[in-house]
Amino acid sequence: MDNQDIEIKVLMEAVHLKHGYDFRQYAGASLTRRVKKCLADTGLNNISDMIPLVIHDKAFFNSFLHNLSVNVTEMFRDPQFFLSLREKIVPYLKTFPFIKVWSVGVSTGEEVYSLVIVLKEEGLYEKSLIYATDFNDSVLESAQKGIYSIDNIKTSTLNYQKSGGKKSFGTYYHADYNSVIIDRSLKKNIVFANHNLATDSVFGEMNLILCRNVLIYFNKDLQERVLELFKNSLRAYGFLCLGSKETINFSGIVDSFVPIVKKQKIFQKKVNPAFEGVK
Amino acid sequence: MKYDFHVLVIGVSAGGFRALHTILPMFPKDFSCPVIIVQHRMATDENFFVESLNSKCNMGVKEAEDKEQIEAGKIYIAPGGYHLLVEKNHILSLSVDEPVSYARPSVDVLFETAAQAFGAHLIGIILTGANCDGSEGIKNIKANKGLTIAQDPDTAEASMMPVSAIATGCVDFVLLLEDIPSFIIGLVEDHHGEC
Repeated sequence: MDNQDIEIKVLMEAVHLKHGYDFRQYAGASLTRRVKKCLADTGLNNISDMIPLVIHDKAFFNSFLHNLSVNVTEMFRDPQFFLSLREKIVPYLKTFPFIKVWSVGVSTGEEVYSLVIVLKEEGLYEKSLIYATDFNDSVLESAQKGIYSIDNIKTSTLNYQKSGGKKSFGTYYHADYNSVIIDRSLKKNIVFANHNLATDSVFGEMNLILCRNVLIYFNKDLQERVLELFKNSLRAYGFLCLGSKETINFSGIVDSFVPIVKKQKIFQKKVNPAFEGVK
Repeated sequence: MKYDFHVLVIGVSAGGFRALHTILPMFPKDFSCPVIIVQHRMATDENFFVESLNSKCNMGVKEAEDKEQIEAGKIYIAPGGYHLLVEKNHILSLSVDEPVSYARPSVDVLFETAAQAFGAHLIGIILTGANCDGSEGIKNIKANKGLTIAQDPDTAEASMMPVSAIATGCVDFVLLLEDIPSFIIGLVEDHHGEC
């Protein structure tokens, strides 16, 4: 193990012991890049110089934590996914009197608001409860506020249209100078809460779980833990949606699911081995 | 850890379709190095690019998957819209971190992480392209004692990327595109002779 790896390992151990956040099973290459970025901001020489700061300096730790988590997202990211959700999954969800949805790694909220817009247009929102979770309180706060730069609205609108959107996207936000704020009606059935995939466990039985582009940041062991957690958090015939480059194929849960939309990585939990999924 | 092989990383942008279709088919089926490639392309790009290369190459060409073990004799292409990174245990990872130099996938990200994982066993190549992505990566490869090559800018469809890489002072060899495969095959075979 080279010096840099030792320093990162000890730093992450300190973060875990002091604050409870567990990055010890994150994929190393990406984590190393982000830790180095944090180091560059401090002007310190060595990664290990940040250890006293994460222990003693609360303000430093908060910004450190913010920089360690990946908060790159957009509204209706991968429009084709939302189109599949609307066309293939929503009709099935409509057969329930009430549905529970978990949007995992919600970051600054764009993903969960996109999901809520689909549910609303399909007449499902009034009977839905959506848990939107992240391990990072500061991004949860941003998500809850739902205020975004107006610069991204053009992309969002285009994505929305490609995703099978039925209205004018402008009905979902209010513009104010250089920002837009998400319409209040989209927020009322969302519960924003802190949940850490590395350390926390099952908290409910869901009909639908969205966790896109989160697993790629974990190593194999943590991916396995999280997929097992998702399996146990879904009711029978519930749906799991992963990022376009993520899969359950090499995991222990593969036999418990049926791929419903292969390309969009939408899987359905089965209860008996012969079940072939909704068609 | 002991390696008895080399790993090749290639960064390429504008003009890459033709450049890769020129050099990759020149590697034999039993070429022992894995080849990992970042070609700038659209996130929406379908698999046409990978399939086209695969049909023309002797080595197997595939899109890189998250947490995939790197194997000898395979060519891995970064998917559009994702960074491709190499873990220290020779596994590939994907990420949706911020674009680097406006690019995702970014050549710098691949080269930097591959340099840390493979050190002196890494060969980095910069081909045609109309931006500066990869120059930082070339410095990283050099700093970790790897070998660096740039396509001769005069013969590149877009010269900026090789010119920028060469300007770092960290490029060992500047070669004509067509000469790159035989140069590398010779290099790798020599190395195996010593083992």
